[in-house]
Amino acid sequence: MIPPDLLTAVFWVSVLGLTFKMAVPLIYGTIGEAFAERAGILNLGIEGMMLMGAAVAYVVAYHTNNVWLAFLISGIAGLLMGVLMAVLSVTLGVQQHVAGLAITILGSGLSFYIYRISVPTPGGVPPHINPFPAIYIPGISDNPYLGPIFSQPLPAYIAILAVIIAWFIFYKTNLGMQIRAVGENPKAADTAGINVFLIRYISLMIAGFLIALGGSWLSTAHSSLFLPGMTQGRGWISIALVVFGMWDPKKILLGAFIFGGIDAFQLSLQAIGYFNIPYQLFFTLPYIMTIVALVIVSRRVVYPSALLIPYRREEA
Amino acid sequence: MRILRYKIVKRIETPSTLERIALMVGAVIASILISSVLIIQVNINPFIAYYELFKGAWGSKLALSETLVRFIPLSFTGIAVALAFLGRFWNIGAEGQLYLGALFATVFGISFYGVSPFVLIPIMILAGFLGGSLAALIPAVLRSKYQVDEVVTTLLLNWIILFIVEAIIYGPWRNPVSAWPESPAISVTGELPRIWKGTRLHAGLIIALLVALIYFIIYTRSYWGFEVKLMGINPKAAYVQGMDVVRNLILVALISGGIAGIAGAVELMGIHFHLRENLSLGYGYTGIVVAMLGLLHPIGVVLAAFFMATIETGSQAMYRATGIPYPLAYVIEGVTLVFVLIAVFFMEYRLEKVEEER
Repeated sequence: MIPPDLLTAVFWVSVLGLTFKMAVPLIYGTIGEAFAERAGILNLGIEGMMLMGAAVAYVVAYHTNNVWLAFLISGIAGLLMGVLMAVLSVTLGVQQHVAGLAITILGSGLSFYIYRISVPTPGGVPPHINPFPAIYIPGISDNPYLGPIFSQPLPAYIAILAVIIAWFIFYKTNLGMQIRAVGENPKAADTAGINVFLIRYISLMIAGFLIALGGSWLSTAHSSLFLPGMTQGRGWISIALVVFGMWDPKKILLGAFIFGGIDAFQLSLQAIGYFNIPYQLFFTLPYIMTIVALVIVSRRVVYPSALLIPYRREEA
Repeated sequence: MRILRYKIVKRIETPSTLERIALMVGAVIASILISSVLIIQVNINPFIAYYELFKGAWGSKLALSETLVRFIPLSFTGIAVALAFLGRFWNIGAEGQLYLGALFATVFGISFYGVSPFVLIPIMILAGFLGGSLAALIPAVLRSKYQVDEVVTTLLLNWIILFIVEAIIYGPWRNPVSAWPESPAISVTGELPRIWKGTRLHAGLIIALLVALIYFIIYTRSYWGFEVKLMGINPKAAYVQGMDVVRNLILVALISGGIAGIAGAVELMGIHFHLRENLSLGYGYTGIVVAMLGLLHPIGVVLAAFFMATIETGSQAMYRATGIPYPLAYVIEGVTLVFVLIAVFFMEYRLEKVEEER
């Protein structure tokens, strides 16, 4: 039997609104990761960068009550972690898997620590900040169907903008051409006069910046507080999504909405509570779907050729 | 590539054991020094903070026993990760494998009340091994059959398994006595005996050292260990040599996952006695730091596990004495891993000063 709630428009409107909300951190994270991987660096630091973004945004918003400043500084914190990732994986050329994990472990610990020393009442109920308000769009926000879907905090629209800009950079600019070149064939790129190291540094800085913005969404827009480990593995879903979206911003956007939708659907089903299944089993859905998606696309995926391979001029 | 006025040159000679140890010790010292910046940030003298940390880890019978209690799971997960990384199977799923192992062990622990410990304890440990193996088998098969990157699958499985465990302990297994979200207590005969009077230190320590010994034998004495190393260094060469790479990869995954699963079973049987959602405090992830700091070598891993247990246990005491938040321990772990990578770099390369070019 289909529960009656599933047949109402209100239910589906709320699912779609939540889909957008759940998709935003995935969009930021995956677009950021696409920059890193297009340049030939697998960035497993994404989860730590996202957590740092969430913690820094929250702490800045808490002390200044300025969410835009929080947004910007969280991006800069991510950018700095991108620089650290670049020092390890580009300059030193160490194992990218482990370098990324180091960033993630560092980011998880540091975000927790920064939060604890910056907020006066550790333990108990964490204090809330004033999050980004939902923007008012005349004619749409008051509509009972369109309002809940499209009246979102502004960083949600900035995420869409980031997708467009990323697409433009990848396919229409010299920088994008250079990024793809160093990710496909760094030696040829070097011969053609492209500074492989610089391009990879820039890519990782853009990656860190965007990924951290995804984290800031969690603590200053979708909610108004920081929780240690609040990303709940979204970074890892982004790692999978970037493969699923074949490093193409358009497909990534689509993928992020599909996975945001799965997440929103399971949360909404759980909220109406019709099913006699423990709600935790619903939580597993996005993770299982991610693995299934990876298996489906695995046969026809073409990775950037130089992914995981450090570039050393003397050895190339 | 040049760094300032130095250029990176590949080292021809392999670094001596002494030099490798020195580099790792250097990494640890560097991370402790860097982390003290965060202590100064909260206006506390880092010397006092670290004194409290080490006193809280080694300074008394209770402190030392608690450090050893923490050493047990970290040693298991460290060895699990080390074996996997040795064969370049990027197993980031020790956390999930640990929980599935604990879940499997709990099934026997709550079904066979009163069965002799000589039967029940081995069965539960074996169940833990199987649970962990099963969790690692899925990513291993997906990698060998579909070339799906195991990093992502092992990571995602961590979450899937954790939610399954939660669904069970909040649902059908919820403790009927206390109504807490935890399984009923396992049979008393499934509990590991205490081995140090007046402390929580349990026989899991012996199992951990035994597993470390087995890994030592695999690493230094067995042909299979040699195959795994070769597979890690150069899978193509291993394949050309006629080695069954797929079979070895799956074996590595099964054993690695199994060892992580034993960690879950042992935590259940030695400390918690109920399946709980906080059975592991990120031991699976810390295992990665332990394995890398130990240079994947059995002795190194054991020492690294002891060091990380010291930091984690001591940071709690430091928090009580000075108010420095205990998550500092996780920062130290992350920074340590960064410096370990830099140290590993210096084992393969050196910097050579270049004369000004014209």
